[in-house]
Amino acid sequence: MVTRGFIGRQQAEGTSGRIPPGQHLVDDFPVLSAGPTPRISHDKWSFTLKVGPRPIKKWDWTAFNALPQSEITRDIHCVTTWTKLGTMWRGVLVDDILADADIEPPTAFTLAYTFDGYSTNVPVPDLVGGKAMVALSYNGQPLTADHGGPARLLVPHLYFWKSAKWVSGIQFTTRDEAGFWELRGYHMYGDPWLEQRFAGD
Amino acid sequence: MAIRGSNSALRVIEKPPGLTPAVRWQSATVTSIVMRTPRITSFVFELSRPFSFEAGQHVDIRLTAPNGYRAMRSYSIASEPGESSSIELAIERLENGEVSQFFHEVVVVGDTIELRGPLGGYFVWSEKDGGPLLLAGGGSGVVPLVSMIRRCQRVAADLPVLLLFSARSWDEVLFRDELFGFEQKRNGFSLVLALTREPQRRPTDFARRVDAGIMADVLRRLPAAPKYVYVCGSNAFVNSAADGAVAAGVQAPRIRTERYGV
Repeated sequence: MVTRGFIGRQQAEGTSGRIPPGQHLVDDFPVLSAGPTPRISHDKWSFTLKVGPRPIKKWDWTAFNALPQSEITRDIHCVTTWTKLGTMWRGVLVDDILADADIEPPTAFTLAYTFDGYSTNVPVPDLVGGKAMVALSYNGQPLTADHGGPARLLVPHLYFWKSAKWVSGIQFTTRDEAGFWELRGYHMYGDPWLEQRFAGD
Repeated sequence: MAIRGSNSALRVIEKPPGLTPAVRWQSATVTSIVMRTPRITSFVFELSRPFSFEAGQHVDIRLTAPNGYRAMRSYSIASEPGESSSIELAIERLENGEVSQFFHEVVVVGDTIELRGPLGGYFVWSEKDGGPLLLAGGGSGVVPLVSMIRRCQRVAADLPVLLLFSARSWDEVLFRDELFGFEQKRNGFSLVLALTREPQRRPTDFARRVDAGIMADVLRRLPAAPKYVYVCGSNAFVNSAADGAVAAGVQAPRIRTERYGV
């Protein structure tokens, strides 16, 4: 349905093919979260890898920072319709976390957990193969609390609610289990190019 | 149920949300346009497929250009939940706001707009949730809170509810007359203004940005600790209000926030 009188903006040059349908470009970095911003000090921080209820390995801040770190630059897309191009991140690839724990993914699904009780589900193929990391810095600076610091999950090819802020661990699950927003009507997978915003999209 | 964090942090959820069905796009007709403040105008939409919603929920609006380009934005519902086929959205005109400027400059009564909803299942309140409630809104961030207050006035008027409303000036206090009207009924509702660019006009109000001191002060004005705190507005406002509530002793899982992003 064409909206009477609406013409819309011209897309900025050089962005062709990079802005998914229904998204618009921003230059700033909007902040969204369902509760107060948690402040987690490095000495209270840890990251736990679990298979079902069973912890496999737990890293403190120092041990985690000693893991191999990678840099990636990606476009990111928030379900609230903003897209930000060319964001630069540094952190530990999920591949390197698994290697350090010396395990192969035992199931096809995961839930990421956070220090503020949030959770979100991500299938294993979307976490491995260099696709996802636990990010420790953004744009050359340590990740601020507003943006999920000390560490956030980064799964840039899915809507950004999957990139859980203040991440505290990843749990392998036998089934694809809904997380915080997925239980409240948001899409189980969240591909921005398919506009998978809500259940049924 | 509770969602358990791996570090045993608990987020209290009394109401199992359950998976919601697909939310489909529908056409809605603009039936009334009312200027509320110099920068905020209410648009009332008649829904072609009426839905019920909870206070605090939002709809997505989708505009389509002749070349197929689409712009989409979320707007909180200001109306009171209940049996009605119309909803009110209070839309603030934003600089460079592609959708908000379209509404303020182009939309007239009788236009048809695509929307879908209701959306959002966390920043919501219904009478089952109870109180006392501390609501903190910055600018148009007050909209979902007004829906909660309207509902509360109808079904639970004695429930202690305090609205802390930060606005630039007296004239930018959205729904001011209605909120004062509620307050004058002397039931559970009270209103505290924090004006950021003008002196306060009432001794119980403030003339500065919301900070930890204001949050501690308004928390003391409730007869008991709040069951929930709802905070909506800009990211800076939400951080300030939510951090202030935490500093004053409110547990983080009781604080629900909604941010514009910037």
